[in-house]
Amino acid sequence: MNNTDIVKHGLKKRYAKEKRFQWYGRLAVLTGFVFLTLLLLDIIIKAMPAFQSTQILLDIPLDRETLELSTDATINKDTLSAINYDGLIKKSLSQLYPQVSKRNDRKQLYKLVSSGAEFSLREYIMKNPELISSNSEIPVLSIWLKADDDIDTFYKLQTKISRVSDRQVEFIDSLIQQQRIRTSFNTTFFTASDSREPEQAGIKGALLGSFWTLLVTLLISLPVGIGAAVYLEEFAPQNKITDFIEININNLAAVPSIVFGLLGLSVFINFFGMPRSVPLVGGLVLSLMTLPTIIISSRAAIKSVPPSIKEAALGIGASHMQTVFHHVLPLAMPGILTGTIIGMAQALGETAPLLMIGMVAFIVDVPGGVVDSATVLPVQIYLWSDSPERAFTALTAATILVLLAFLAIMNTLAIFLRKHFERRW
Amino acid sequence: MKKLVLAAAITTSLMTLQSQAAGRDTINIVGSSTVYPFATVVAEKFGKKTNFNTPKIESTGSGGGMKLFCAGVGLDTPDITNASRAIKKSEYDTCQKNGVTDITEVQIGYDGIAIANSIKAQNFSLTRKDLFLALAKKVPNPDGSKTLLENPYKTWKQVNSSLPDMEIEVIGPPPTSGTRDAFAELAMEGGCKEFNWIKAMKKTDKKAYKTVCHTVREDGPYIEAGENDNLIVQKLEKNPNALGIFGFSFLEQNDDKVQGSLVEGKSPEFATISDGSYPISRPLFFYVKNAHISSIPGMKEYLQEFTDEEAMGDDGYLLDKGLIPLSATDRSALRQSIIKGKKFTM
Repeated sequence: MNNTDIVKHGLKKRYAKEKRFQWYGRLAVLTGFVFLTLLLLDIIIKAMPAFQSTQILLDIPLDRETLELSTDATINKDTLSAINYDGLIKKSLSQLYPQVSKRNDRKQLYKLVSSGAEFSLREYIMKNPELISSNSEIPVLSIWLKADDDIDTFYKLQTKISRVSDRQVEFIDSLIQQQRIRTSFNTTFFTASDSREPEQAGIKGALLGSFWTLLVTLLISLPVGIGAAVYLEEFAPQNKITDFIEININNLAAVPSIVFGLLGLSVFINFFGMPRSVPLVGGLVLSLMTLPTIIISSRAAIKSVPPSIKEAALGIGASHMQTVFHHVLPLAMPGILTGTIIGMAQALGETAPLLMIGMVAFIVDVPGGVVDSATVLPVQIYLWSDSPERAFTALTAATILVLLAFLAIMNTLAIFLRKHFERRW
Repeated sequence: MKKLVLAAAITTSLMTLQSQAAGRDTINIVGSSTVYPFATVVAEKFGKKTNFNTPKIESTGSGGGMKLFCAGVGLDTPDITNASRAIKKSEYDTCQKNGVTDITEVQIGYDGIAIANSIKAQNFSLTRKDLFLALAKKVPNPDGSKTLLENPYKTWKQVNSSLPDMEIEVIGPPPTSGTRDAFAELAMEGGCKEFNWIKAMKKTDKKAYKTVCHTVREDGPYIEAGENDNLIVQKLEKNPNALGIFGFSFLEQNDDKVQGSLVEGKSPEFATISDGSYPISRPLFFYVKNAHISSIPGMKEYLQEFTDEEAMGDDGYLLDKGLIPLSATDRSALRQSIIKGKKFTM
């Protein structure tokens, strides 16, 4: 048997082996893909109800008698805010169902409408005080108000929920007949902050909290990261100390993020006395976490700039610093920015370090700066997933979608930068 | 020059930070994750009804909250801490040591702990003794001698012949949870005490007594599910053979999926928990730092809102969220003590 025969003999087996290996690879990719699709589908299906909200059309009587305003009372902020809006809503519900008289039935009737509806009504009337001023006829305001979260879930999913009583189902059926109930796009989800009533809760506060936190992170970690990378790559002498620093930066990238939270708690809050739950401290902690990512990717980008460019600049008389800032850094910028965006995306999705510095909190007021109390998107997800009200499940999933959308946008931006601005030599 | 400007900028920014902390106009609340759902509802209503800012509420756990609360008096410390148990002597001492001497205790109501399973399965009727024998790491020797042995029970029938012949499978919270503490204290210790010789141990060797009564088995039948009660409900729905341990408000919100087991013949309901006949229930509290009442705007009004009949009364909105109210006489006594700013001592 000569060599050709030996090769030919084993050829079939070798081809088969390769084929098998390719199939293993495909299977691995497929498995990953299936899991990802399942996960996304599950989240999307759960999130869908959160983007719709159920509303009920009510006729609110606005004559002065019902409002308990005397005919000569002036309409101003004080008199308007003193009106009993909850009473108005209850009155108009009773007018819809005058036959309901038993106390328990009335209670169930009143529970059709969200407990936050009185505040929406108040806001609407405060904005449009002329509704009351027109005194010629008896004015009636027809307004769509949000339904209670249980009613909302029942109406949207059309399944029996034990928290919606048979009596309430009758009310809803008659509302459907009178076309006084509808679902519409849930704008509250984007315009409101956290609330304990699922139908009134939104992500605006968390979104802005994330924005302020990431702003601090970016402002600190980008200059410090680039500075460290430029110095280590271009100026620092090669000795044991710089080797030691390099090893430590690489180690830092692998430190669990909760450790940075503990560090932030003891250094920024306990030692420097900064307030708890503010984006400033959150941003500082997250910038500690993203620094290694930025330094490592910036160094790689700087390293990939060809030495010929540097040498040419030095050759025509540029100083070392001029070479770096005029030639090397601009060429390395796309790589640096890609690394920064990926680091930022990581920071955006981080919860653990923020647990330690008090950002896991119920905060209703929208943060207006870096020293206002705030939460961030992933923390909002964490808080809502732990709430007993069932409607929060949908809100949790919807917030996850928003977070995923932001992450996808950031990563696409990073890919775009790399594809369009990165130069290859 | 540039350095000087930079230094000035840093100092001014630090100073604004300081003044921010000094002129705080939002109530800071920390503490128990069990009280969190109730406190947040009150805070939200308070913020909408009044011109004060909505209080900030952190969910740190009862112990963590006490630590922050007792760290001292001053605007960088919280004004109120929520707790799913009464303050401990050691915590009270820390408070005293750090100058937090004037505090008021406010009991807001009760919380029940439910042992529940899927409605597709048969309803359980348990005793605390059953729970102890099924879930403790070491149990008294069944032959009656006063010795302990590793928990040998695999099915409920082995624990108590009146229970169904099903494998013991209980999904519950991890040791870091207040619910778990309360479960160990109220349910397991309650069952443990029924063995007289173990009860006698409490006097001779308190530490050993606690270890016996509070330690949960780790050989499989007790499954830790993380501190997310929703997750436990979901798991019970999928697995009709399992029982789950979680707060009463989750049972109430999901009573189309899960049913509460009877404990000592009582089912977990509003009435049985508030009159104390359902054995696994605990009081909920918050503690107020009276030194802050004058400097933080809205503290008095927040206390009023929380203790108002509209909130914690028999028809109050907190009941919708699963709080079990105090009796009417307790409520009016509570309001009196708040008006007087009654100092809590131990």
